[in-house]
Amino acid sequence: MSKQYETVIGLEVHVELSTKTKIFCGCSTEFGGAPNTHICPVCSGLPGALPVLNRQVVEDALALGAATHCHVNRLCRFDRKNYFYPDNPQNYQISQLYLPICHDGWLDISTGGGTRRVRIHEMHMEEDAGKLVHDEWEDSSLVDFNRSGVPLIEIVSEPDMRNSEEVIAYLEKLRSICRYLGISDCKLQEGSMRADVNLSVREVGSDVLGVRTEMKNLNSFKAIVRAIDNERERQIELLEEGRQVEQETRRWDDNKEYSYAMRSKEDAKDYRYFPDPDLPPVYIDEQWMARTNEDLPEMREEKAARYMESWGLTEDEAALLTDSRNIAEIFEKTVSLCGQAKKAANWLTGETIRLARETSVDLDHVSFAPEHLAALITLTDKGDLNNQNARKVFEAIFTDDADPEIYMEEKGLKTVTDTGLLEEITDKVLSDNPKTVEEYKGGKTKVLGFLVGQVMKQMKGKADPGLVNRMLTERLVSYKLPKNDD
Amino acid sequence: MGIEQLSALEIGQKIKKKELTAVEAAQACFDRMDAMESEVHAFITIDRERAMAEARRVQKGIMDGTYTGPLAGVPVAVKDNICTKGVATTCASRILENYVPPYDAHVIERLKEAGAVIIGKTNMDEFAMGSTTETSAMGITRNPRNTDHVPGGSSGGSCAAVAANEVFAALGSDTGGSIRQPSAYCGVAGMKPTYGTVSRYGLIAYASSLDQIGPVGKNVADCAALLEIISGPDRRDSTCVAGESLDFSGLWEEYKISPEAVAAGLRGMRVGVPEEYFTGGIDPQIRDAVLKAADTMKAGGAIVETFSLGMTQYMIPAYYIIACAQASSNLARFDGVKYGYRTEGAGDLHDMYKKTRAQGFGWEVKKRILLGSFVLSSGYYDAYYIKALKANRLIKEAFDRAFEKYDLILAPAAPSAAPKLGTSLTDPLKMYLSDIYTVAVNLAGLPAMSMPCGQTGSLPVGLQLIGQRFKDDIVVRGAAAYEVLRGNWMASEAPSEEVKEAL
Repeated sequence: MSKQYETVIGLEVHVELSTKTKIFCGCSTEFGGAPNTHICPVCSGLPGALPVLNRQVVEDALALGAATHCHVNRLCRFDRKNYFYPDNPQNYQISQLYLPICHDGWLDISTGGGTRRVRIHEMHMEEDAGKLVHDEWEDSSLVDFNRSGVPLIEIVSEPDMRNSEEVIAYLEKLRSICRYLGISDCKLQEGSMRADVNLSVREVGSDVLGVRTEMKNLNSFKAIVRAIDNERERQIELLEEGRQVEQETRRWDDNKEYSYAMRSKEDAKDYRYFPDPDLPPVYIDEQWMARTNEDLPEMREEKAARYMESWGLTEDEAALLTDSRNIAEIFEKTVSLCGQAKKAANWLTGETIRLARETSVDLDHVSFAPEHLAALITLTDKGDLNNQNARKVFEAIFTDDADPEIYMEEKGLKTVTDTGLLEEITDKVLSDNPKTVEEYKGGKTKVLGFLVGQVMKQMKGKADPGLVNRMLTERLVSYKLPKNDD
Repeated sequence: MGIEQLSALEIGQKIKKKELTAVEAAQACFDRMDAMESEVHAFITIDRERAMAEARRVQKGIMDGTYTGPLAGVPVAVKDNICTKGVATTCASRILENYVPPYDAHVIERLKEAGAVIIGKTNMDEFAMGSTTETSAMGITRNPRNTDHVPGGSSGGSCAAVAANEVFAALGSDTGGSIRQPSAYCGVAGMKPTYGTVSRYGLIAYASSLDQIGPVGKNVADCAALLEIISGPDRRDSTCVAGESLDFSGLWEEYKISPEAVAAGLRGMRVGVPEEYFTGGIDPQIRDAVLKAADTMKAGGAIVETFSLGMTQYMIPAYYIIACAQASSNLARFDGVKYGYRTEGAGDLHDMYKKTRAQGFGWEVKKRILLGSFVLSSGYYDAYYIKALKANRLIKEAFDRAFEKYDLILAPAAPSAAPKLGTSLTDPLKMYLSDIYTVAVNLAGLPAMSMPCGQTGSLPVGLQLIGQRFKDDIVVRGAAAYEVLRGNWMASEAPSEEVKEAL
């Protein structure tokens, strides 16, 4: 390759909102019901049915717009996008073209290569389509309208990204914002976040955009990375051969790691957009705007910075804690209750993430009372629980939101602080293990661990290993093995 | 005289007084249908068993006090583009031939709550596209006043059924005159309410921003009584902005006092007569009959004067562009996938779409879908659709200016009386132009009533009274007053010289 190429990428991201009901009717948006059970005349396109806008969708779009520094079209409108396909019951999709709710925003993303500002061209509200199910036996297709009318927000970026790393950073940031706002769980695998990649290449130094392609069917971050790299290579190869890149829509097959053309620009449909006469324009007044801004939560980066600043957490800890707003909220509440930021962070970044992973619970859905974590921390501080037992108690908090004090008492996990009993057992262990004591005395201090273990075993785990350690060390200084009379 | 000749309110009164039962009233309609339908063919679906069962149920409800309204027990008919749960709703189209809706339109729910008994679904132009009811895929309807002539359209079935005394009142829909023009042709009263007064939920859309359901009756009072029932808020239609149902209690009080009290409603009312509406292609006999009505209103105490409305040359083009554009999208859902007609033996999906729609839709509908698709397509959208919307706004403003000076605008409902059967579809341009006095009312969202004001030969002539948005009550008051002053419309006279000279 003689020339140096730059990749230019813009994204069209669809985010499926987690509203309770659909965008234009009262049907449930719940995922996975039996086919055609969450439908009504409106979302199945029966003659005579009319759409009524779900106000929550506007609220969600405004919040996302505010979080991405967008301008708001105070008077926005819905338009019909006309095309025939069986998953689309009306044969038009209600979307926004002429006056979308938000436009001209931006997001700053950080990668190994530094920080970059990705501009957002516009953001609009629209309805999702139904799902076609192909029946191989009958050689026919069936349609399920459960998903028809589930609200979507489409976020269209400017072509401001230059490589797959930036694309992933942008998507992760967008996902984090949506999850913080509580408007979507943004799962690529489940389709609640979908990204179409518009990509072109040009010679480094050129300020003219090359011919772009649009890549669809990207169901994971890994697939996106592979598709971008593949498409970049494909386009460069074409140019190097002196051929042209065709403006077209391509479909990525992640199993074959290969894309193929779906339709070219010439077959591009004329969607005959026009304002939907069934839906009056939406007017967003001053008060509504103000309320949106007031309700905006602190976002991940600000939170992380504050954690490092106020509580001296490391960057890694802050990042882990703020990955999910839910965990961050549990953290903040716990700290406000027990004042132990570092310890709270340890529980939430260590055990919590481990247990969540083991039990496949989404961090957003982890739910236990911060009061219980705070109480656990206080119990360990007081010495009532040693680390091992504290972990047992925490597991009960994580799974059953158990009250640590009650659980500790019930399970008899409380550390025994009766030094008389400890001394007795320590002496017993020493006298039962003369060989080990001899080894220790002979300079092999590593064996202390074994002795500690023996004491802990005798105590059924209910002792403070640190204390046992100290007592054994002290005891061993003056300890003399009983003389063998033989 | 049989009871079939009575008005809806008279029948309601008789039922209330126990002089008649809902069952007898329904039976009277079916007897009359037996005599008339073979000639008139106003109905697409008549479900006697269901209607009789409903009449018996309602009669019980009347006895036990569940139904107390003025139209409780009264048989009504419904245009076949309004969804009725469990009863076929075809839009007079082959593509919906076997379609049975699983839900009731809002207006049907309201009728049922009021105890009205729906006895059948009436014929219409296919998808309400047409002015003669001849585009129906279910056969033509004849004008009961003269069966060689069309009843008008698209609500031709509803108007013919009322005119033929087959039913006491009916619901129609009006997108560009589809209630008012057939009402004029058939010699009945019909009203298009202000856009947003009656919920469109369950009305199979032709042009969403223009469609409005309205009443058809033997007189103004019957229309008003129906309108009280069907108007009012409905959260399922975002364009239905009515805060509450229309209330004509003032008018009812005047009816109780005397006809003179009703007629007195015209006193001091300012009535504007647009001069553009009385030149050009208007039949002189129609002009004279309508001007005679202006004369009557003047004699009744109204202040009548002519004025220039303006924008009249843009009304027809703006209407057809907007209506067809919306129709092309509204009718896209009829594709053979979910309900209605599907072609036999199609190849792939697109073949199925094409054949289903080619076989399922009639010519008039196809023509309007094509026209609408064209004006929305890329490169033409601005030149046609946007321009039509601009013209629409200017037309609205022209009416707004007129209503600064007038309470009502008086106009013909159509430039001629009902044409002969089989003469309209061959000259579609002429048919489109005949909508000149009605379409602007839909573009501007105004309320308007059509009622007979005389006759030319055997055929009735329609007078149209147009009001300002949400002044439906003024339209009804003016029409009711005129009706009293008019007396028997079948005896028409020439207008006074004074009125003729004024123009």
